[in-house]
Amino acid sequence: MIAEIGHYALVLALVLACIQGVVPFWGARRNDATLMQVADGTAIGQLIFVSLAFAALTNAYVTSDFSVLNVVENSHSAKPLIYKITGVWGNHEGSMLLWALILVIFGAAVALFGRNLPQRLKADVLAVQAWVAIAFLLYLLIASNPFVRVDPAPLEGQDLNPLLQDIGLAVHPPLLYLGYVGFSIAFAFAVAALIEGRIDAAWARWVRPWTLAAWLFLTLGIAMGSYWAYYELGWGGFWFWDPVENASFMPWLAGTALLHSALVMERREALKVWTILLAILTFSLSLLGTFLVRSGVLTSVHAFAVDPQRGLFILVILAVFVGGSLALFGLRAGGLKQGGLFAPVSREGALVLNNILLTTATATVLVGTLYPLALEAATGGKISVGAPYFNATFGPLALALLCAVPFGPLLAWKRGDLYWAAQRLWYAAGAALLAGAVAFYVEQGGPLLAPFAVAIALFVIVGAFAEIVERTQLFRVSPGDTLRRAAGLPRASWGAAFAHCGLGLTLLGVTAATAWSIERIDMMRAGQAMEVAGKSLVLTETGLRNGPNYQDFVARFTLRQSGVAVTEVESSKRVFAVRQMTTTEAGLVTFGFSQLYVSLGELQETDGAVAVRAEWKPLVLLIWIGPVLMAFGGLISLADRRLRVGAPRPARARLQPAE
Amino acid sequence: MRRIALIFLLLLAVPAFAYDASGALPDPAQEARARELFRELRCMVCQNQSIDDSDAPLAKDLRALVRERVAAGDSEEDIKDFLVDRYGEFVLLKPRLSGGTLILWAGPVAVLLLGVVFALGASRRERQGAREELTAEEQKKLDAILRRDA
Repeated sequence: MIAEIGHYALVLALVLACIQGVVPFWGARRNDATLMQVADGTAIGQLIFVSLAFAALTNAYVTSDFSVLNVVENSHSAKPLIYKITGVWGNHEGSMLLWALILVIFGAAVALFGRNLPQRLKADVLAVQAWVAIAFLLYLLIASNPFVRVDPAPLEGQDLNPLLQDIGLAVHPPLLYLGYVGFSIAFAFAVAALIEGRIDAAWARWVRPWTLAAWLFLTLGIAMGSYWAYYELGWGGFWFWDPVENASFMPWLAGTALLHSALVMERREALKVWTILLAILTFSLSLLGTFLVRSGVLTSVHAFAVDPQRGLFILVILAVFVGGSLALFGLRAGGLKQGGLFAPVSREGALVLNNILLTTATATVLVGTLYPLALEAATGGKISVGAPYFNATFGPLALALLCAVPFGPLLAWKRGDLYWAAQRLWYAAGAALLAGAVAFYVEQGGPLLAPFAVAIALFVIVGAFAEIVERTQLFRVSPGDTLRRAAGLPRASWGAAFAHCGLGLTLLGVTAATAWSIERIDMMRAGQAMEVAGKSLVLTETGLRNGPNYQDFVARFTLRQSGVAVTEVESSKRVFAVRQMTTTEAGLVTFGFSQLYVSLGELQETDGAVAVRAEWKPLVLLIWIGPVLMAFGGLISLADRRLRVGAPRPARARLQPAE
Repeated sequence: MRRIALIFLLLLAVPAFAYDASGALPDPAQEARARELFRELRCMVCQNQSIDDSDAPLAKDLRALVRERVAAGDSEEDIKDFLVDRYGEFVLLKPRLSGGTLILWAGPVAVLLLGVVFALGASRRERQGAREELTAEEQKKLDAILRRDA
């Protein structure tokens, strides 16, 4: 019964979306305030009904209702409660429902918090948002219905993929989708502006906070996914350039570019057309990501052809929205008036460079991800595009961009002085040279790129605060004065400083953990020790342990440093009987920002020896602390007064029908 | 009985790591070269894993093969040629430049160049446009102001 209520709620949400897609849009064309106001109610109604559907599915999972096919395929009565809840979106249908839920959350947020938006813009934005909702609700109802019943109901479910039975599943997909789907707001604003044929700085002031919010969620989502892969997959990698990862990375790159170009538009009224295009492209890449991950096209071009309904459906959604919005762009963009002249060396110029490099990076990832698929589909030839390709192409672009990052905030709008900016960065350059030299000396003949990358990282980390130092007159006026000035700085400046610093930290972490990791692998028996990075790892005991729906093979170690026991480490292999799968639960010991990563390999039954792999990963935690700092910077920027003040609101008075 | 079943599962399971130190070449320089190669070669039966990451039997065989070739003094290119002959281009994680992969390698460069050319062109056009927008009268006024300042 409850499952049917959920199903019916989805239908009602679809009806509301259809109303919202037509009535306010029609109202905006006719300047009819009553029709336009319909959107507020329908947006909130959609949220209520999709939430209801989501609650119904969650209920089916929590109560292990095995008459629902989706629950049978992805759950088990012995599964811990937390994974019953997260299992709701740990499968195709449920994750598409989460997608739709987040979409309507954003739509309702625009309806609720967009009170001082110009009325026509708001009506158009919500109408476009509803078009997206229609597409995805239809997709759910027709091709991915999570509420399908099975009769007779089996007694037990088939359990969730063990790799997903982790706290990471609770956090990673919701964050990622908040990012993906959040860009739909920027997209809706862009399409609304094109329909209206009008765009100004106030528009950018509206788009920027929504983009910023989506971007910071996506940043956290990607970082969380990376950390999850690091500790769960068991070989300590943090980024694999896997197509699924690339699918989330492309909207992030484009979204980062959008964030910066919206800045230019807001402050200087320049780059209007480009900003609109980027908003469209960013959401298109989010849709593309959904298509790549959900259609099965990645496992094989042929898997897509075997069960074409879902893949084809998303492909049509993709084609309609990307094609439609780009066609609209082609028709209307020429009419948008550009403004705001600037010299090549200026804040605007720096942001244009940022956009060129980020766009190229996005294109590189896109080509690298799609080209093998295209080639196979066209000629049948199979090639591989893996990490070495991306390191060789994306790597230089990223390094070039990072070199430029500290300069940007130091250049004045309209016309900047590169020499002046460089003078403000001498201490950052000094820190960079010093760090590079130290790294070169310490590594003694290791990879040459590493000290170079460390130098760039330090340049970015220290240089990120150059604007703050300059504007607070640090060490040039009294500390009290500096503090007063610091408090008076716009929050966006602080946000940029933290975000850029986070970028540098990530590069430092990636470089150190890749270039200077130390790995030891050995067969060990209880009592034996392994030396790694000046520490001694002693295997104390091995044994079996029962969990709720798995059994662990556990190995306990004592870590000793210069003869003294520092800590205990536990590493295990976890066997899930239902799916007959094993996962690795790595043991992690943290020293400052570095970690010792202990994982288990094969077991020799004859003498009880177990293969142990210990890897010392210097500064590895910086890889994820960086994105957290970036998101924190985004949060500070979001709190900036300038973003909250918003546009003046003459719209309501003007739109009253004439007496 | 359950214990045996568990151990059986553990033995069956794909172990977490692949790189087998036991087969390492005695010369550390050669082993380092071999490992560089491992990272550039695909384990063809896995999903997006290099033979350095994978523990599939095929990856194990390939590692032994690469080590053998490195020890015999073959160059990196020779070894890659040999593997491509046997398994096709699919084995290389970094495709080589050829007619079929031109877009892959030239694409990013082309986008970068296009971006730079477009940005410079737009900037020049706009500044010229701004200059042309001055009418004769405005120009006269501007000249007057400039003269006064001088």
